[in-house]
Amino acid sequence: MKERHTLAVLMEDQPGVLNRVVSLLRRRSFNIETITVGQSEQPNVSRMTIVVNGQADEVEQVGKQLYKLMEVLKVTDLTDLSCVAHELAMIKVAAKAQHRAEILQIVQIFNARVVDASPTTLMIEATGPEVQIDGLLTMLRGFGIRELVRTGPVAMTRGSSAVGLKDAPRVEREETIVANGALATVQ
Amino acid sequence: MATTTLTDAGRTASANGRGSHVAATERPLLSGSEITCRALEAEGVTTVFGYPGGAVIPLYDALPQAGFKHVLVRFEQWAALAAEGYARATGKPGVCMATSGPGATNLVTGLANAMLDSVPIVAITGQVVESMIGRDAFQEVDITGITLPVTKHNYLVQKAEDLAPTIKEAFYLATSGRPGPVLIDIPKSVFMQQARYAQPANVGRRGYQPTSIPNMRQVRLAADAINRAKKPLIMAGHGILLSGASEMFGHFVEKSGIPVIFTLLGLGSFPESHPLALGMMGMHGHKHVNDALDEADLLINIGARFDDRATGRVSGFAPNAKVIHVDVDPAEVGKNIRTDVPVVGDALEVLRLLIPEIDEREHDDWRAWIDSRQNTTLASALEARPEWPEPYAIIKEIGEATRHEAIVATDVGQHQMWTAQHYGFEHPDRWITSGGLGTMGFGLPAAIGAKLGRPDLEVWAVIGDGGFQMSLNELATAVQEGLDIKIAVIDNGYLGMVRQWQDLFNQKNYSEVRITGPRLDKLAEAYGITGITVRSDAEIRPAIERARATPGPVLIDFVIEPEANVWPIVPPGAANSEMLLRDTRFQDMD
Ligand SMILES: Cc1ncc(C[n+]2csc(CCOP(=O)(O)OP(=O)(O)O)c2C)c(N)n1
Ligand SMILES: [Mg+2]
Repeated sequence: MKERHTLAVLMEDQPGVLNRVVSLLRRRSFNIETITVGQSEQPNVSRMTIVVNGQADEVEQVGKQLYKLMEVLKVTDLTDLSCVAHELAMIKVAAKAQHRAEILQIVQIFNARVVDASPTTLMIEATGPEVQIDGLLTMLRGFGIRELVRTGPVAMTRGSSAVGLKDAPRVEREETIVANGALATVQ
Repeated sequence: MATTTLTDAGRTASANGRGSHVAATERPLLSGSEITCRALEAEGVTTVFGYPGGAVIPLYDALPQAGFKHVLVRFEQWAALAAEGYARATGKPGVCMATSGPGATNLVTGLANAMLDSVPIVAITGQVVESMIGRDAFQEVDITGITLPVTKHNYLVQKAEDLAPTIKEAFYLATSGRPGPVLIDIPKSVFMQQARYAQPANVGRRGYQPTSIPNMRQVRLAADAINRAKKPLIMAGHGILLSGASEMFGHFVEKSGIPVIFTLLGLGSFPESHPLALGMMGMHGHKHVNDALDEADLLINIGARFDDRATGRVSGFAPNAKVIHVDVDPAEVGKNIRTDVPVVGDALEVLRLLIPEIDEREHDDWRAWIDSRQNTTLASALEARPEWPEPYAIIKEIGEATRHEAIVATDVGQHQMWTAQHYGFEHPDRWITSGGLGTMGFGLPAAIGAKLGRPDLEVWAVIGDGGFQMSLNELATAVQEGLDIKIAVIDNGYLGMVRQWQDLFNQKNYSEVRITGPRLDKLAEAYGITGITVRSDAEIRPAIERARATPGPVLIDFVIEPEANVWPIVPPGAANSEMLLRDTRFQDMD
């Protein structure tokens, strides 16, 4: 059964590493929905959030193939873990004077904010789970969306556990392998 | 990361011995080119294969002083493939070099070949000067971008002091874990920069920690399955050879009493003459081997990646067997075939731990069942047709004449399969062929690389007339280097393997497979070497003996029946159990 999986990937922050990851995912025909990348809590380590759509064994292959890149330090499948996965969207919506109040109300309901305005438009910034942003967009569509940009989700586990590099990656990787099922889990 | 302490690894420093470390600032300034040569020497490189050009002129400037030999090939692709021949014959990494732009792109096929067959090679390419990168300078290509999918890793070196650590790491990556090709792209300006030669004492990367020692729990699970199996089979792959585990593997087979089948690249990992060796599996494997796969209740794959030419249609592969998969690359486990017991680790280490856990057994009933499936009709049918030099007879004669001890490199096509089927490999690292990529042109450069790596062994190249016309320019290299290699061209006047598929699966529509060529004996003469033409069965043996008695390169043109086919064959997309056994032309001879 195909399912959406959210992977957190820690990797050395080196030139070309994004290219390596994307090239690998493309040539293995993995079905990628979103990728985001940025800094992590550790110096010279970037963190990537990849949302892939696939069967459990396909997603396992994604993880194993990613581990073959020298720069990749750790791959964690967050799907079955309790985590917060949020994305950011910026929406420029047509806002004639007679619609403004209604739009502002919707913005409020979805906990979004207006970050810019012009005589004919409002720019709205929203963060939250993808479904919430989808909901906001549904509500705004009728007014006319002029421009839209979404980051795709970034994700982090709840509670005190962390996706870190502290424990020897090697032991963990072996566990991943022998299980021949799920990818490494959070310690 | 363990790459912090700098020590002297250069010639002067090691000559001074321990304790006499010269401070980095006191070491002489060297050019990037000299540093490159020193770093290669430090890896024990004795031979490199290459071709010069603008971006590597500074590197070539330093070669005459280098402590290794450079072999000038006639085309860069053959440099990469010769490096692979060298690596396969010696177990040491092969090295090739080329200039920027077209030189670098000509290496790509060779790198892909090494990637698919897990061969350790290090390729060094020149790049345009750093300030010109990204401006479409003369002979600039983004070779690190181009080779991303066909290298285990690649580098673009940005300063001369990075050269030595990068080269050291490149050799480590190429040879450790699952071996493979690593490319180092070096701008001309970096070759010309001055720096001090300093190498890290240790090499390693945080993100690269191959698993060589397996998890003991998995080893016990494997042993348990082996001890309980009634109809087990061992599938021997290239990984056994890559990890140097042939001897250990022999102990494992003999203790377990389990019959062995081979992938194309696994040939030689265990003597084919051994009573427990059944022969090659898959598309052109033996019928009884594929039958045994169908019947087996346990398949122990050691060091093979379940390539589709070995498995046939996956849904029909070993349908009754539990699968144990031993592989150093975790990504191979479960990639193509569902696996019951994965064991991730180096074949040698896995076998070392596995052997004490398994019972000593005989499996007589199972052996008897397999023996009852042996099929001999094909061989007898072929023996009845002496008017042509039969391809299988040619290979058998070469096998007997060389006492199954020669290094045999092949090209790709029918002749390759005949060689795999009939030579009879008894020793590891003597069978050198292009498996995963099926690269025509492989045979001659691979034989050249192998001979340079193992001058003590007899080396034969078995090549089709098509592939030979791709790579025959390397005859000049063999002559220039005075290499004692024997070249058997299996000359059917066709791109035979493609013709065979058109014959069997495309209603004999022989589209663009007829191929003419030069008179090969005259060609040999033009290169100043001995050329022999063989047109009948009776001439095979004398030609082989004459070639062996003649020093230096010898070319034998075996003119065979144009439409001889390779039997048996699993049709593309079919299961291994659906082999076509033999040519219908022979049916009336039953
Ligand atoms: C570089 C390359 N091009 C094309 C092919 C496809 N191909 C596979 S076998 C073959 C025919 C080879 O003919 P020849 O070298 O005469 O060998 P034969 O099969 O006749 O023994 C071809 C064209 C290939 N494997 N490699
Ligand atoms: Mg041919």
